[in-house]
Amino acid sequence: MRIAGTDPFSFKKMRRILFFLTFALMVLSTWMTLFYAPTEIVMGHVQRIFYFHMGTVWAATVAFTVVFVASIYYLRKETAKWDTLAYCSAEIGMLLLTLTIITGSIWAKPVWGTWWTWDPQLTTTFILWVLYAVYLVLRSGAGGRGKKARYSAIFAIIAYVDLPVVYVSARIKRGISPVVFGPGGGGIDPAMMHTLLVTLLGFTLLFVLLLGERTRIMNMENTLYARGGRGG
Amino acid sequence: MNKILLIFRKDFLVEWRSKQIFPTMFVFSLLLLLVFNVAFEFRSDVNFRTVSAVIWITFIFSGLLALGRSFSLEKENNAFAFLLLTPVSRSYIYLGKLLSNVVMVLLSELFILPLFLLFFLFDAKGISLSLTGAVLPFLGVVVLGTIGFVSLGTFFSSMALNTKLRDMMLPLLVFPLIIPVVITSVGICSSILEGRPFGYYAFSLQVLVSFDIIFVLLCSLLFEYLIEDSGD
Repeated sequence: MRIAGTDPFSFKKMRRILFFLTFALMVLSTWMTLFYAPTEIVMGHVQRIFYFHMGTVWAATVAFTVVFVASIYYLRKETAKWDTLAYCSAEIGMLLLTLTIITGSIWAKPVWGTWWTWDPQLTTTFILWVLYAVYLVLRSGAGGRGKKARYSAIFAIIAYVDLPVVYVSARIKRGISPVVFGPGGGGIDPAMMHTLLVTLLGFTLLFVLLLGERTRIMNMENTLYARGGRGG
Repeated sequence: MNKILLIFRKDFLVEWRSKQIFPTMFVFSLLLLLVFNVAFEFRSDVNFRTVSAVIWITFIFSGLLALGRSFSLEKENNAFAFLLLTPVSRSYIYLGKLLSNVVMVLLSELFILPLFLLFFLFDAKGISLSLTGAVLPFLGVVVLGTIGFVSLGTFFSSMALNTKLRDMMLPLLVFPLIIPVVITSVGICSSILEGRPFGYYAFSLQVLVSFDIIFVLLCSLLFEYLIEDSGD
């Protein structure tokens, strides 16, 4: 069955290349995280989860930016493909952000001595998670298809604009943000930097791969839905 | 501007004659006050932070209750459809509704505030109640914070009413988005009650004002997309 809007041959080839590239990079990233990157002096081996943590949070950021841009395009053009893209991206972003929070907690317990604190970054991440959870609830509870797409697009735009404001206001609350290891923290071992960059690239490709697959499935669902609707 | 005032006048007349929203809001606020008072057992050694939090929770809860009602009134007899038929840009309709909602919510807040003073703060230790030092800045923050949460509340109440979940949807959509308003308003109010200088909360005030400007503008821009063919 030919899926609307795609060229089957080149699309299939691209998918395969993307798949193998992502696979290779993820394997490389895992190897680098475990063996190549040096052990952090203060935190020890637990710091290695940080690469994965950064990878997921980066990909989640990309995902929610895609939701934002696709939502703007949907409101302008009113074509279903932008809505599908926004929805699929939000779903994957949600998954990645959940992984971010889990890996962050695992890292925070030995390093900060607690699974969770209301530090500005964590508060913002939490609200980000809630906002996109609401986005998904809104989609399931909105009603008709056009309404669902339009409402969720509007909500996604407002939520994306809201986030920086949330971050700024969360910083007012308690100004003691624990210093997190990072490039700004006075130099980082080159081997760590390499590992981080490979991981970020790997997760970016993973996100693109997942997004491609998810939209493909979604398009199939829509096609089947339309056919089922015609058949009665 | 005239058009905005006309919509404002219409809403105000409706409320003046039906007296539906205002008394409900007032009594609901009183009940919240009672609940908080019983729960916290406030004495003369009140914590200003907690009192400010109680004030804002009361305002936001009762405000959202009123906002939900203000749009469902429009749905009766399909009044909103006629409002849309008027040769007025959709942004003006939003701004008119916003104005009438802000005034309505502010009025009920003005009636509630003296009772707060009486119940929670009258014999609190270390409270400063000078007119220019505390009362006027406090009222200013109340106005700014109210504009903040009513701007998004007005916008999303018209969305929530058109979803399957209806009123259930409104707090879900609004609460995560107005977190900056809650953080800044509660922070500023407690600083004022503690008698701190302006510089102490100037930054919070900036954030609050920017929140108001950003979301009033964004909502009036997006309102057009929100209400087109609200039939489906």
